[in-house]
Amino acid sequence: MAIDTKQFFNNKFGEQQVNGSALAGFRKKGLELFNHVGIPPVKHEEWKYTRVNSLFNDGLRYDLNPAAPSAADIEKFRLPHTVSATSLFFINGVYNESLSEIKHAAKDLVILPLETAAAGEYSDLVEKHLGHSASYHPDGIHALNAAFTHGGVFILAKKNRLIEEPVYIYHITDSRGGFTFAQPRILVYAEKQSQVQLVEYYGTLGNEGSFTNEVIEIVAEEASVVDYYKIQHEGAEANHVGTTHVRQLGKCLTNAVTISLSGGLIRNNLNMIMESEHGESHMYGLYLLNGKTHVDNHTIVDNVQPHCFSNELYKGIMDEKSTGVFNGKIFVRQDAQKTNAYQSNKNILLGDSANVNTKPQLEIFADDVKCSHGCTIGRLDEEALFYLRTRGISEKNAKSLLLHAFAVDILENIKPQSLKAFVDQIISERLDFNF
Amino acid sequence: MLKIKNLHAGIEEKKILNGINLEIKAGEVHAIMGPNGSGKSTLASVLAGRNSFEVTEGSVEFFDKDLLEMSPEDRARAGMFLAFQYPVEIPGVSTTNFIKTAVNEGRKYRGQEPLDAVAFLKMMKEKMKLVHIDQSLLSRSLNEGFSGGEKKRNEIFQMAMLEPRLAILDETDSGLDIDALRIVANGVNAYRNSDNAFLVVTHYQRLLDYIVPDFVHVLYNGRIVKSGTKELALELEEKGYDFIKNEVELAEQV
Repeated sequence: MAIDTKQFFNNKFGEQQVNGSALAGFRKKGLELFNHVGIPPVKHEEWKYTRVNSLFNDGLRYDLNPAAPSAADIEKFRLPHTVSATSLFFINGVYNESLSEIKHAAKDLVILPLETAAAGEYSDLVEKHLGHSASYHPDGIHALNAAFTHGGVFILAKKNRLIEEPVYIYHITDSRGGFTFAQPRILVYAEKQSQVQLVEYYGTLGNEGSFTNEVIEIVAEEASVVDYYKIQHEGAEANHVGTTHVRQLGKCLTNAVTISLSGGLIRNNLNMIMESEHGESHMYGLYLLNGKTHVDNHTIVDNVQPHCFSNELYKGIMDEKSTGVFNGKIFVRQDAQKTNAYQSNKNILLGDSANVNTKPQLEIFADDVKCSHGCTIGRLDEEALFYLRTRGISEKNAKSLLLHAFAVDILENIKPQSLKAFVDQIISERLDFNF
Repeated sequence: MLKIKNLHAGIEEKKILNGINLEIKAGEVHAIMGPNGSGKSTLASVLAGRNSFEVTEGSVEFFDKDLLEMSPEDRARAGMFLAFQYPVEIPGVSTTNFIKTAVNEGRKYRGQEPLDAVAFLKMMKEKMKLVHIDQSLLSRSLNEGFSGGEKKRNEIFQMAMLEPRLAILDETDSGLDIDALRIVANGVNAYRNSDNAFLVVTHYQRLLDYIVPDFVHVLYNGRIVKSGTKELALELEEKGYDFIKNEVELAEQV
């Protein structure tokens, strides 16, 4: 049975420390908006394919002070070759300092609980940038995260520092006591001329199901380079709504790669806000789906200033009863002359019951711009398949070769080699690709 | 090696092949010539197993097996090769990786051990020389961004690697300049021996100056209307296809 979400979360809100917290005002605003708009109903245009309201049911567990699972439970989620890397662990959406390991030097990277950052040295930055994404997502699910900005993390890449090793962020949801709700919040600030890579990875313990509602906001200053990777490889009972909001405040380069390999109901919002001239951004996505997995990628490129370049390529392979959704918005504001914005979404449907909905959306208010968009939905290229078979390659292997080739195109954009190999291995196994 | 008897085939309602009879023995080179739309490429496609064509009548035996019952991959493994008129570009699949897979699937089918990396590379180097193909081309995605000549050379290179018993060359000369044509023909001639055979499908006689056929067949309206030796190709070149058309029409009137 569906619960009364307003009642549930207003009761829960009282459990948070209201007075004395630097984030109290921010949360209160979030709750007010949530109370005003509520969880998006099915008829909401932005949510019509992704019925997020179906996830709030009786027995929903939302623990603001979750107990830490054992180290052994955590260990199995660790990505290969990351023992010497900075690993931040969120348990049920709450940053756990004792499980996390910060291996980066303080001169390169500052990592603090968001609450601490908001109360101390970085209070101005937090106040200025936390919640910027709300104007792009004025919905109740986004507001709900703001209302419970609790146990978040603040990451700052120091000026001029070239940080080679990625920061790995693990979101572990412990569902062993029942269907569990989690709301991680992260604010990243890349100072001038810094370079930083972030990897987000998700895992659920137990089979009772989980729902992670995450917001990560990334602010990139002049001449910084930020690479962001989001890897989703969870069980069918793990659900997710996540917003990745990237703001370019100076001429800089930001890249995002979103890989969805498995899960339940998944919604990924990715925003690139081009607020400075000559900014460049690249957005890549791959969704390789089977079972009943539903993955919805909503992207926004907002060209506020002129001379920006953005390129977006999302590819999907849908098998069995899975569903893919792609909605790509490109805004070119009146001042954003000489914008170059490209977008492409390519889909292969393997299963007869698989679905895909793709919708490019361009809103252009400047007159001297180059924008393109395109989407394809198809089956495997019959001519290519025939060509391979006439060389003696079995139909099964020919399909694997072609599907792997289709997918690997996206993986080429994952720079950390061990991460790329990890994803490639999963994809190769799924596609029976062993050449 | 190959026995085609009364082969009829078409696509949907349209009949394209109307009773082809042809026998090819080891060591022979047969050329199929004919005007556009006569069914040349359809014949090549049907033999290779393209499923968009439906065979409505007749039979094809390949080494005493019913070819039409075999999948395209089994035809290839049994020794048939089709050099495509328009080789397909396949982004993301490296040529080397693809050839290795193809060679080893064929070996497996014939009960042979797969080639190890060293033996494979050695074989590749040898065959590359045959068609003047460069390593850098082979490390790229299959045919992606290749020029017309590079694609055709890649086809002959694949043929040399797969060592077929019967190679069907579907208008391999189309779009080739004289240098590329010579390279491709040399590749074919070097591979020619008493154990294998070729079916060369072409619109023009000039390829046959370089790959000299034992037999020439003229295809018209889906039937072989005239067969002869290489001199027939020269006659066609001289008189044009109209002379065949006229002959056929005359014969039909009688």
